[in-house]
Amino acid sequence: MSLRPSTNGFIVLALLAGACAACLVDAGLSCESRAADIDAMRAMAGRLGLTDLALFTEARYTRHPSQADLHSAFQDHPLALEHFPSGSLIVPKHADLVRETTTPD
Amino acid sequence: MPIWFERQRHLIDFTLASLMRRKGRNLGLLLVYGLLVFVLASVTLYTHALRHEAAVILEGAPEVVLQRLVAGRHDLIPPGYIERIGRLRGVQQIRGRLWGYYYDAVVKANYTFMVPGDGSVAKGTLIIGPALARQRGLALNNGVSFRSYSGELFSFTVAAVLPQASELASADLVLVNEEDFRAFFAYPAGHYTDVALSVANPKEVRNVAAKLANLLPDSRPILREEMQRTYASVFDWREGIMLALLSAAILAFSILAWEKASGLSADEKREIGILKAIGWETGDIIKMKLWEGGLISVTAFLAGFVAAYVQVFRLGAPLFEPVLKGWAVLYPRFELVPVIDGLQIATLFFFTVFPYMAAVLVPIWRAAVTDPDAVMRA
Repeated sequence: MSLRPSTNGFIVLALLAGACAACLVDAGLSCESRAADIDAMRAMAGRLGLTDLALFTEARYTRHPSQADLHSAFQDHPLALEHFPSGSLIVPKHADLVRETTTPD
Repeated sequence: MPIWFERQRHLIDFTLASLMRRKGRNLGLLLVYGLLVFVLASVTLYTHALRHEAAVILEGAPEVVLQRLVAGRHDLIPPGYIERIGRLRGVQQIRGRLWGYYYDAVVKANYTFMVPGDGSVAKGTLIIGPALARQRGLALNNGVSFRSYSGELFSFTVAAVLPQASELASADLVLVNEEDFRAFFAYPAGHYTDVALSVANPKEVRNVAAKLANLLPDSRPILREEMQRTYASVFDWREGIMLALLSAAILAFSILAWEKASGLSADEKREIGILKAIGWETGDIIKMKLWEGGLISVTAFLAGFVAAYVQVFRLGAPLFEPVLKGWAVLYPRFELVPVIDGLQIATLFFFTVFPYMAAVLVPIWRAAVTDPDAVMRA
């Protein structure tokens, strides 16, 4: 006996909704199970005095964006073109920083 | 209630049968729609999780890092500098940090050499980051040599490899003893790279930074909140860049969806005409088309979201790796903690599902209120 189209439709939607709910449950469980790793990383950052993530290791000034000065992309000479891919992607919105920072950058 | 329910089920039966009659076209639409949700949800989930992780990790960062500038460029902290800071009220701990970059020509990668403040690395040994260990094929007790910038060769033994779980923060780290660091980089005695400060009262951090800038005009204090804000900006920027790149795809989809939803095909018009001729009410036709739009958009949204979750949190976001990696040789292998922002998902739902539903409704209403004979002849 073949099922009504609406029953098939509901089955597909229920499966997808179930998968979606499973993702949310998985997210909750992963957060709990990974809490220790995150705490360890935070403790390591404190112990070693780390200021940045090791996400962009390709150039010196992309490795520590929070410590680099504003013109580090032009450090070789004032008209130097930016040549590292992440340099063109990680430019922070300095307006946010400058507005709240009273110290020189 | 059961009658209403049964009526809706029949409408859905009819809608699905009608969709299946134009199977290729509707499956194509579903695929493109799902793909769009997948890409948008991937960007949203990834940047939010990364931003959250950066903020949490950087809670451990020094409250203030003080750099010294000479002619606007970062310079070493000379002897006596730290002692001058020590006199400031509110400063609890001061530590001169020693760190720098080293380019390893063997694997063509940049490393971050650093001296841990607790003196946990013995002379002649190294503690290395997991990505570096992987790239150079190093393990515990292996020997490794680096040629210093002065041309001299230095040999070390690997005393430990930092845990893989910490890779996001430690991929390229090389922890060395202070004596080794100074010898390797020919660092002048008593000089430091920068100074890390901790402040007794967190509310006083800004005041302390202002006092530091007054006391040492050639210095540049960087607050922890600025470091966290830098990362928030970086990921906002990246998310913005990704979305800007995707805007062409979003626009293309909008045109496709609008075309599909608003421009009724001759077949669909004929179908509406026939339905009206056999006694369907305008309300029924609108309800049927609403079900059609709802089923397509909700299915695409759920499928796109689940695929995005799996891609980002279970497969390690392979689609974004090239964007983040750039030309980096050492790239951390990390599994992001799945932090989902409900508001972002609700926004995504609103902006992907509702416009489609709205686009479906208007032309159907227009066709449904027209005389069946005119609709069929059109």
